[in-house]
Amino acid sequence: MRQILELLERDAQLSHDTLATMTGIPVAEVSAAIAAWESSGAIRRYKAVVDWDAVDGDSTAETVTAFIDVSLAPARGVGFDDVAERIARFPEVRSVYLVSGSQDLRCTVEGRTIRAVSDFVSQKLSTIDRVRATATHFVLKTYKRDGDSFATPEADHRLPVTP
Amino acid sequence: MRPLNPVIAACPPSGIRRFFDIAAEMDDVISLGVGEPDFVTPWRIREAGIYALEHGYTTYTSNAGLPRLRELICDDLATRYGATYDPREECLITTGVSEGLDLVLRVLLEPGDEVIVPEPCYVAYEPCVGFAGGTPVRVPTRWEDDFAIDADVVAAAITPRTKAILIGSPANPTGAVQPRAALDALVRLAREHDLYLVSDEIYDRLTYDGAHTCLGTLAPERTVLLGGFSKAHAMTGWRVGWICAPQAVAELCVRVHQYTMLCAPHVSQLAAVEALSGPDDDVDAMVADYDRRRRVFVKGLREIGLDCPEPGGAFYAFPSIRSSGLDSETFAERLLHAESVAVVPGNVFGPSGEGHIRCSYATALPQLEEALVRIARFLNAG
Repeated sequence: MRQILELLERDAQLSHDTLATMTGIPVAEVSAAIAAWESSGAIRRYKAVVDWDAVDGDSTAETVTAFIDVSLAPARGVGFDDVAERIARFPEVRSVYLVSGSQDLRCTVEGRTIRAVSDFVSQKLSTIDRVRATATHFVLKTYKRDGDSFATPEADHRLPVTP
Repeated sequence: MRPLNPVIAACPPSGIRRFFDIAAEMDDVISLGVGEPDFVTPWRIREAGIYALEHGYTTYTSNAGLPRLRELICDDLATRYGATYDPREECLITTGVSEGLDLVLRVLLEPGDEVIVPEPCYVAYEPCVGFAGGTPVRVPTRWEDDFAIDADVVAAAITPRTKAILIGSPANPTGAVQPRAALDALVRLAREHDLYLVSDEIYDRLTYDGAHTCLGTLAPERTVLLGGFSKAHAMTGWRVGWICAPQAVAELCVRVHQYTMLCAPHVSQLAAVEALSGPDDDVDAMVADYDRRRRVFVKGLREIGLDCPEPGGAFYAFPSIRSSGLDSETFAERLLHAESVAVVPGNVFGPSGEGHIRCSYATALPQLEEALVRIARFLNAG
């Protein structure tokens, strides 16, 4: 059954029939398992992996991404959790991790423009109580994201018919 | 001019070549004719090759190949199959199984010796026997038997000149895996008649319905084992393989190899060291992927009306096209022209392949699905 999740993680568009053929699990069981995962939240949702740089002629499609390191003053009883959860609620924030090292949180923030991201950091993020400092790193180019390479795929160099 | 070597002059060019020439001229061809993985070599192996180049490993190696690589190969065979080969005396590195096959046939055969070759089989088997001065003796296998080798049929072909039996399992072009009982029967025959067994196991890691049986564990005293990195590690272009054989055979193989090839490419050998040193996740992931495509493709072939024996290994399906009323060549040629799908006609692998086509499923799933649509349209139009 784990195989089905791994396959869907790579390609969510595989039909239940194809998944059944690939795994040798009866299609009814495949459908039931997927329905169960969807309702339990094991499968949160399905989405496309978009390379915005490859979307031609649509300047509004561009997004600016920044990694923001945040250092915090911890509070008795809650540690960093309350602030981290508060930061995570902003829709601009794509990810929040508590990390080891000199900083405490590493966040990913997305916006339409550099200005929008800067405004978010200076007006929203740094003004939260117990945020001591932030360091913003704008992404210049994405090479790989979540296991998906954004480089030009390697060409198939094979001859059309070989022994 | 004086005549050229008649054995070579009489050897027809590979039947695959003609289809390559046609397909290469066409656009929008979906090729199911490719006998190599659609994966590129895993990055960690390529990176090791780059490192080797950067650090100047551009020299010869010892004739038999890097000791470290031979150790890794013998360890791998021991772990995987329980085979016991001495890396110093019973193993050498070749430029692919192709060279290995040539070496071993030259070492085994005296002029006029016969080699029994169950077919359909890989296109090089019969020519290489001929080039080595031997005579290939074809033995048919039938798709009704899943291309299992029938020891009685083999026995009937044995003469006082028979020196060896040459088999490939899992097989190109059929995808067939020889059942254990068939291998046991061949071993009995070989012992009874004192024959060598030349076993091409290049597809050993690509089995889907059970573990591979290594002939080197059943009859180590008379088996010459051929293997390599091309298929499991997607390393076809690196040209690196190996021979494991009884010491007397391996020693003479090295002797021919040292004068004809000298050694396998150094960089390729170092990449192969990495292939066997690292974790096996790459291979497992590729095998799992082939298996999924195999299931989808074979089911699809059957759904469009082509009988297809279950291919237990390699990455080929070998469906029957008899229901079309066409012979293999006509079918393949018309399919290519009408629907731009390239397959290889089964008869190029031996007369028992007539009535079949070889379809490689080492192709992305959407391409396989589109190929099925096109083949179905071709069948309905016929």
